[in-house]
Amino acid sequence: MSRLPDWLLPTVAAVALAALPAVLTPYLHDLVVKIVILAIFALSLELLAGTTGLVSFGHAAFYGLGAYTAALTAAWSDSPSLLWLLPLSIAVPALYALFVGALSLRTKGVYFIMVTLAFAQMAYFVFHDTKFGGGSDGVYLTNKPTLKVGSTMLLDTDQRLPFYYFTLGALVFTYALLALLKRSRFGHALAGIRVNEQRMRAAGFRSYGYKLAAFVIAGALAGLAGFLLALKDGFVNPELLSWHESGAVLLMIILGGLGHLRGAVIGAIAFVLLKEALSTQGLVGPLAEHWQLTLGATIIAFVALLPRGLIGIGSKG
Amino acid sequence: MDLATFLVQCLNAVQYGLLLFLVASGLTLIFGIMGVINLAHGSFYMVGAYLAFAIAPLFGQNFLLMLVVGVLLAAAFGYALEWAFYSYLYQREHLQQVLMTYALILVFEELRSLLVGNDVHGVAAPQWLAGSIELGALMSYPVYRLFASAACIVVALALYYVVNRTRLGMMIRAGASNRDMVRGLGIDIRRLYRIVFAAGVALAALAGMIAAPMSSVYPGMGNHVLIICFVVVVIGGIGSITGALIASLLVGAVDTFGKVFFAELSGIGVYVLMAIILVWRPEGLMKRSY
Repeated sequence: MSRLPDWLLPTVAAVALAALPAVLTPYLHDLVVKIVILAIFALSLELLAGTTGLVSFGHAAFYGLGAYTAALTAAWSDSPSLLWLLPLSIAVPALYALFVGALSLRTKGVYFIMVTLAFAQMAYFVFHDTKFGGGSDGVYLTNKPTLKVGSTMLLDTDQRLPFYYFTLGALVFTYALLALLKRSRFGHALAGIRVNEQRMRAAGFRSYGYKLAAFVIAGALAGLAGFLLALKDGFVNPELLSWHESGAVLLMIILGGLGHLRGAVIGAIAFVLLKEALSTQGLVGPLAEHWQLTLGATIIAFVALLPRGLIGIGSKG
Repeated sequence: MDLATFLVQCLNAVQYGLLLFLVASGLTLIFGIMGVINLAHGSFYMVGAYLAFAIAPLFGQNFLLMLVVGVLLAAAFGYALEWAFYSYLYQREHLQQVLMTYALILVFEELRSLLVGNDVHGVAAPQWLAGSIELGALMSYPVYRLFASAACIVVALALYYVVNRTRLGMMIRAGASNRDMVRGLGIDIRRLYRIVFAAGVALAALAGMIAAPMSSVYPGMGNHVLIICFVVVVIGGIGSITGALIASLLVGAVDTFGKVFFAELSGIGVYVLMAIILVWRPEGLMKRSY
């Protein structure tokens, strides 16, 4: 088989996704939006874990922080504008990522995994234990943001179809951004750090700065995903920042195949569909109630049998 | 805060810290020697607590005998688990270890809900430990908490003796500092791993059994302990039992006094402590020396 150009498959997939709403039932429409949002989230972690080799186990903190920023600041105005709500919901998690990254990147390997986890728990407890974000009950986002020029409505995220294309646009943007990043000098430096950080330092790269930049970009993109989720659900709660969520997104990128952008997207699709299938009564009968058990068993089998992820199935060696 | 309150809080802090140490010491050994990130370690704590709930009625007042039987059962469980799952993880990357042990948590939680349900259960302390000691006019301190601290100290001393004074302990320390060299010296590393893992599971389960009469037995109880123990292991330095002890007591103190002084933000205290220590010493208090 001759090699297809790299951009072909993602473009075909994006066009197919754009055509989907015409044929989807409301339930499937929601499911696709959820997959698209989680794909953005998974892509953001892929930059860290797959490209740079930094396994963060607290990535949900930035996702949840994006969602909370959107929900809490949208209440400032009766009809918030996307023009300030979106940048704010990305900037806050990015700033937190700068803080967490600056500290946790001093550590390596197992320490890094656990330190990121601990910082995420810290954020989780802030929202869970204090009244600042509604405590463990969470808060509602009732004023959906819009984009207006003068009095012309360009985009109302409260409407299903425009919101669908808005999230899809965000996914295309994220994918393209990361694809460009990976091809740039910056991306090659990150890959070099993953393979051999010592050698990169010897070659004159300040690896700390590169890693911190990757950490902040990943945090900002996770914030974007969280922002979209808050708009979709109209509701946020502390569980978004919990370590279960961080574990789930790690699962997605490993499920798809680490080190490839399309792996993150495939992983998000596979994870959502798997969870949906395992908790559907019609498919698995009485086991549906115990989907955690079957999901856990599936993951164990997966780790044992497919160490290279779903995209490793077709390739040799 | 008057003196009596302060003393009671000190006792609480030490008791909580010692309990954390039992869980964290197993976790740090499994990290340090096998290099496995064991997310399911909190589940072993939960298994211990539910084990106490299940077998306590069989033993009546023989609480100590129950602890011994429970520890043996937990060790056997750990031995089997290592054989069935963990022995495949040693050669894998950290990510895959995280993934499989994460999956094990899901399985354990769901099995727990299938077997015992989702209710909160209490485990009664035996009568000879049920009273409390009067402290001054207003304060009292439960005898069972004193017993819990004492039991943890006994276990910690035993652990210290085994690790520092026995041949097995020598192999464990050698394994923690250089795995390949130990293998090269002809020590059966697979058996050593299995023993260390079983011991880690037994320690976590023992902590769960001791905690059961104090904290009751509830779903998800392992997760909170797991995360706190990660903090303990990171602060103490991976693979260091002494570090785990110091860090446990520190975390116990910060958590207990945090609850007294800043009730709302108490959950954050230990993470702030960790951040400060990592800025100061990125590899924990007791950096493992090679």
